[in-house]
Amino acid sequence: MSSFIDYTVNGLVIGNIYALLAVGLALIFGVSNLINFAHGSVYTIGAYIGWAAITFLHTPLPVTMAIVFVACALVGMAIERIGLRPLQGSARIAPLLATIGISFVLDQVVQLVFSASPRALPNDLPDWRIDIGGGSIGALDLLIAGVGVGAAALLFVFLRFTKLGFAVRATAQDREAALQMGVNVNAVNSTVFAIASALGGISGLLVGMYYNHIDPAMSFQATLKGIVAQVIGGVGNVPGAIVGSLLLGLIESYGIALLGTTYRNLFAFVLLILFLIWMPNGLFGGRSAPQSEPLTGAFIAPSKPLRLPRWALWAMTGAAFALPLVFGAPYLLQTLTNAWLAAMLALSLTLMAGTAGQISFGHAGLLAIGAYASALLTVDLNAPTWLTIPAAGLITSALGTLLIFPAFRLRGHTIAIATLAIGEVVSLVILNWESLTRGAMGVTGIPPLSIFGHEIYAPREVYWLCLAIVVALALVQTRLLTSHFGRTLRAIRDDDVAARSYGIRLDRYKALAFAFGGFGAGVSGAITAHLYSYINHQTFDSQVSLLALTMVILGGMGNVVGAILGAIVLAGLPELFRLTAEYRILIYGIVLLLLIRFRPQGLMGTL
Amino acid sequence: MSMLLEIKGLTRRFGGVTAVKDFDLAVAEGELVSLIGPNGAGKTTSFNLISGLDRPDAGTIVFGGQSIGGMAPEAIAALGLARTFQHGRVFGNLSVEDNVLVGAHTRLSAVRPRWPVIGPLGELALALLRPRAVKQEEQALRAETRDILALFGDRLIPRLDHPAYSLSYANRRRVEIARALALKPRILLLDEPTAGMNPTETGEMQALIAALKSSGLTILLIEHKLDMVMALSDRVCVLDNGAKIAEGAPQDVRRDPAVIEAYLGHSGIGQARPQPEPVA
Ligand SMILES: Nc1ncnc2c1ncn2[C@@H]1O[C@H](COP(=O)(O)OP(=O)(O)O)[C@@H](O)[C@H]1O
Ligand SMILES: [Mg+2]
Repeated sequence: MSSFIDYTVNGLVIGNIYALLAVGLALIFGVSNLINFAHGSVYTIGAYIGWAAITFLHTPLPVTMAIVFVACALVGMAIERIGLRPLQGSARIAPLLATIGISFVLDQVVQLVFSASPRALPNDLPDWRIDIGGGSIGALDLLIAGVGVGAAALLFVFLRFTKLGFAVRATAQDREAALQMGVNVNAVNSTVFAIASALGGISGLLVGMYYNHIDPAMSFQATLKGIVAQVIGGVGNVPGAIVGSLLLGLIESYGIALLGTTYRNLFAFVLLILFLIWMPNGLFGGRSAPQSEPLTGAFIAPSKPLRLPRWALWAMTGAAFALPLVFGAPYLLQTLTNAWLAAMLALSLTLMAGTAGQISFGHAGLLAIGAYASALLTVDLNAPTWLTIPAAGLITSALGTLLIFPAFRLRGHTIAIATLAIGEVVSLVILNWESLTRGAMGVTGIPPLSIFGHEIYAPREVYWLCLAIVVALALVQTRLLTSHFGRTLRAIRDDDVAARSYGIRLDRYKALAFAFGGFGAGVSGAITAHLYSYINHQTFDSQVSLLALTMVILGGMGNVVGAILGAIVLAGLPELFRLTAEYRILIYGIVLLLLIRFRPQGLMGTL
Repeated sequence: MSMLLEIKGLTRRFGGVTAVKDFDLAVAEGELVSLIGPNGAGKTTSFNLISGLDRPDAGTIVFGGQSIGGMAPEAIAALGLARTFQHGRVFGNLSVEDNVLVGAHTRLSAVRPRWPVIGPLGELALALLRPRAVKQEEQALRAETRDILALFGDRLIPRLDHPAYSLSYANRRRVEIARALALKPRILLLDEPTAGMNPTETGEMQALIAALKSSGLTILLIEHKLDMVMALSDRVCVLDNGAKIAEGAPQDVRRDPAVIEAYLGHSGIGQARPQPEPVA
């Protein structure tokens, strides 16, 4: 009984923290139809600004909160100015990708300024606790509840009774009409970002105090939790976001009580997927989905793709094969091998996201499946790698397609969120299915690659093997793209309604695209496992997915040569310049932002 | 007379609005029937219901003896029903040729074997390996695509490999019709094919539709340009506020007081059509 009350209190407290995040996401979605992936970064920034104020200025709590509020509001306004305003009129996915780029940049800046190691965030609250029915409530619990309720009340007053609040509601209801009524939509967006980010920052501060722990990596999970809460309550619905957050907090808390902490996120993401598929409008969204406008060209910036002559491509391929004969430096070859492995992933993603228009944010999940498949087959069953790598490709292809299949009915942004959640679920299942995957320990002692008893160990042999696989995959993909299959996928991407009206069964072709793409990604993951000799559930995290997406956008969506080029540029060059991980991701973020703004069709053009 | 398309009691409500109300219509093989009516009368909604993009709240739709009400659009297309869209929905990043080839999707057979269970994988393998039958099928369809595009004179043939987003509005409408013809439809549903076209272009379109009709194609046409409707139609059906208010020979319908009243009572007709959204 006592623990039940404690878990309930804990659930409500966490729910309140999620609510501060989710309300902001809902407001932003309401006025600008954007899922702000930088929201969690603001939350982290809030936590760190609070930490800095307390540590260096010794501010009392109310002053700390005021500083965090104002600073995060300013960050929010900057995000709107950079990530949203200049992108009006570009592809609908552009602002979303821009917020991903911004989140990369902000997270790495935080990490560079404050270092990656976690810090304690002390609070000066009295440490009494009130006993109730066997459980207890502390001062901090009450503070968090108070901030949550207070913020909700203030927001209600703002939206209901102020002129600006009215403008926000009008914009959320009908942007065009609001514009015609003379509402300054830019000012509304800016205000909403400021409020949302201020609340997000406060949420970060409170969560840091609650766990007495902050670290720069907390932002991505925060964004995801906010999104889950919103989907439960109905995307863009402010009261729904609050209820969704409290429910999510409670479900997580009870779930942890029943199954243990490693299950916490699994609940969130499984809930997200279930809601997206069975109740895409959330608990309060009503039944009928709003008619989505034609998604024609929504994800693709029209362009004239650069077509390199065939002889030039073959010459470059030949040069790539000849390279180890001239430059034997193992470091160079290992770097390029990484680029080839990334290219396999990028080829797979460019087919799904670029050609078929099904943006996937969870692509690293496929790597993980392939890696674990091959690793476990070799370690547990002593199967030879020449057999397990193709087998891993097939397993990934089948399993990946099966996992994504229920999400095929989703469109636009929601499929991106669903794939993100599926990617997280894969990682969490690996973490929790200990009897198969060894759980958090990871798989050790994965044997090196070998073909018919010959171990492939030398850097240049590995290089050749990976390059050969990339070339083979690229050739097959190119050939498929010039067939009716490629034409059909691109038709689905450009206008799925028109495609259906001409007899195209969407599920069938999306599934085939994922099946083929899953194979390449699985092979890439499998080879990586054998090269690393150790993998765990975090080896292929969501950052890898977003990186792959950046490669694909850099090369040009759907462009086979572009995907390989993107992989070489983003996986190879930073390594050659020996940049540290922080700077590398910072550069990825900046590249992504610049691309979306100035060259959305990528280097080689979309196909 | 055997009817190719028979609609009975078709009804569709959107919240408080009844977009289509107890609508009956029958179209015989080889007939050209026009559906006219003021803006918002429910014409496009009827097309959406017939083509499966929307589900009726009540009523039956029988096409070629088979009930298709509530069926998926892809299944209805496979039965030989092709439609165009009022605001134009071409595949923006596909070339003109590819747009038309997508229209022939339901007719692909060599590359889409009806193998149980492994059919989709077989399709992928055939697309990759391209045995002779697959190549021949593709070549035949490409040749046919050119014949279809030739129906539009030199409007589209010189732009065979231009992406559709780069085409003029009128040309996109033509591509849509070409795509529909590539399905070899038993019935063709045209939603305002001349919207946004100038008189010369309209004249060309009218001649094309007349030619299609005389080739025996069954056509259901939504059109605002009444001269064209009068010249082409075997029968005209008038919708107003979702309900059929008149039906009959063009000349009779034109004189029908209810029709005149419906048209005078609305300012929508004859006014400039809303500009289409750009495709890309
Ligand atoms: N998806 C929809 N949601 C709500 N109302 C709709 C929808 N589609 C059409 N309507 C309404 O149904 C009525 C008929 O529209 P429509 O069939 O497009 O007319 P028409 O093609 O004759 O101009 C209009 O009042 C329109 O506003
Ligand atoms: Mg209409």
